[in-house]
Amino acid sequence: MSPRAIALSIIFGIVGFGTAIGFLAGARRKMNLEQWTVAGRGFGVFFMYLLMAGEVYTTFSFLGASGWAYSRGGPTLYILAYLSLAYVVSFFILPPIWEMGQRHRLQTQSDFFRARYGNEYLAAFVCLVGVVSLVPYVQIQLTGLGSIVQIASFNGIGRTAAMVISALLVAGFVYASGVRAVAWVSVLKDALMLFTAVAIGVAIPHIYFGGIGHMFAALVHARPAHLTMPGATKNLGHTWFISTVLLTCVGMYMWPHAFGSAFTAKSGATLRRNAVVMPLYTTTIAFMFFAGFAAVLAVPRLSNGDLALLTIARKAFPPWFLGIIGGAGALTAMVPAAILTLTAATLFTKNLFRPVFAPRMNDDQVAKLARMMILVLTLMSLYFAIYSSATLVSLLLLGYAGVTQFFPGVVLGLYWKRVTASGVFAGMIAGVAVAAFLILSKRDPWFGWSAGFLALCLNFLVAIVVGMLSRERERADSALELPAEASSGSTST
Amino acid sequence: MIPATPARKPSRGALLWGLVPFGALCFSVPLWDRIDPMLFGMPFNLFWLLSWIALTPLCLWAAYRIEARRGKHGGSE
Repeated sequence: MSPRAIALSIIFGIVGFGTAIGFLAGARRKMNLEQWTVAGRGFGVFFMYLLMAGEVYTTFSFLGASGWAYSRGGPTLYILAYLSLAYVVSFFILPPIWEMGQRHRLQTQSDFFRARYGNEYLAAFVCLVGVVSLVPYVQIQLTGLGSIVQIASFNGIGRTAAMVISALLVAGFVYASGVRAVAWVSVLKDALMLFTAVAIGVAIPHIYFGGIGHMFAALVHARPAHLTMPGATKNLGHTWFISTVLLTCVGMYMWPHAFGSAFTAKSGATLRRNAVVMPLYTTTIAFMFFAGFAAVLAVPRLSNGDLALLTIARKAFPPWFLGIIGGAGALTAMVPAAILTLTAATLFTKNLFRPVFAPRMNDDQVAKLARMMILVLTLMSLYFAIYSSATLVSLLLLGYAGVTQFFPGVVLGLYWKRVTASGVFAGMIAGVAVAAFLILSKRDPWFGWSAGFLALCLNFLVAIVVGMLSRERERADSALELPAEASSGSTST
Repeated sequence: MIPATPARKPSRGALLWGLVPFGALCFSVPLWDRIDPMLFGMPFNLFWLLSWIALTPLCLWAAYRIEARRGKHGGSE
């Protein structure tokens, strides 16, 4: 068999097996909205872990972490810091979010804002920012999948064909099994990713340098500045590190799909226990760094740093192992793509389409339409991925800055009685505007500070000041509206 | 129907345990962002971060114990 045939058959085997698991995950369950989106709120620690690891560790961590280590050096360490701290943040905010979700039968992030603030416009705005941020995120997954599969199969299958096939498979198993498919396919994805990450991170330094220690010694000798901040960059120093770590660790669970995954938990304690163990999984990223650092000396001067990992892997490994990398990489794109499209479809249907166009729709009809929306969103992301342009990458950065601006509304909503809908709304708009302005005018970082972090500070300030200035009356009014708002479509007492 | 009221604040002890990783992984970066001493073949900054990835679960476990004990005595609501 030619190397191409070996690699291709292994990739297809892994992807086919993963897809089969996805279809079986929801078999013999009636897929109503509650089952499809939040798995009947029944996930224990094990499934929570799979779901969250499934959605956090994306192709971006596969290619991006090694790519940053290759092209930027020291600043890439922020990824290790922010991932661990994001779980610390989740320890404190997800359990109360879950409790509120349980009490008011919440299924989406937008539901949360509606229940807490009793304001339809705020809820719709949150939904809109969420959906607009999710689509480029799916597109990035598909683009990453295209490169991984094409390179790992020795060009046996083109990137467009790879993207089309896998996107349709994702749409299929999400349609069939909802969020259960994401958790179940994640079993295979996480096992493979752990295996390939450790194998790559240990083997590549060993092949080229005789071990990880030798590799770092060679790197310190050849490029002493590469391994500390600002590394190969000019402006990513310690101020940037601190502000970016703070921004991204509070922002991670503000992504609508990560936020929504809290509702699938069995209890608040499940989420706390999950937060305790999650940081350990971050070690896989360190192995990606090893591969990226090895590539600095082994394959210098690549034009696209994100391909450093795959380039060096193709030089170093036999075809069967490239097949495993290709299959693992494909699943690492497909699992997040699945939860992202599921969240976007539910948000669009439940929190935008129903309130604006069809207030009489019941939950079963919402579920039916949301499942149809999966196909529409998949085709949209595919279109963007095939005719991709650099602007979509900046859209994703904007998306990250955008969803992070939900944080004050969430944390003040949980812990501060005086917060008002108008304060949160004003803060959010100020934050999104400042972040967009600084990022689009290439002022990120601004005087060494992460632009999104500065926007977040302003956002907090506005929300708190408006909250303090609001009269008691407005607060009393919004509190009175709440029971009626939250009870629509709910059966809890 | 209960209106969506603010949640019960986490206990001070749990919050303090939660702040420890922030100090170690984020605010103290000027102190540990250097190459020497190299430990286990790794530059010091990488070694430091990896150690704290292992220590963060211990801090959160302590916070978990505090919250769990409080939940038992104070009721879950």
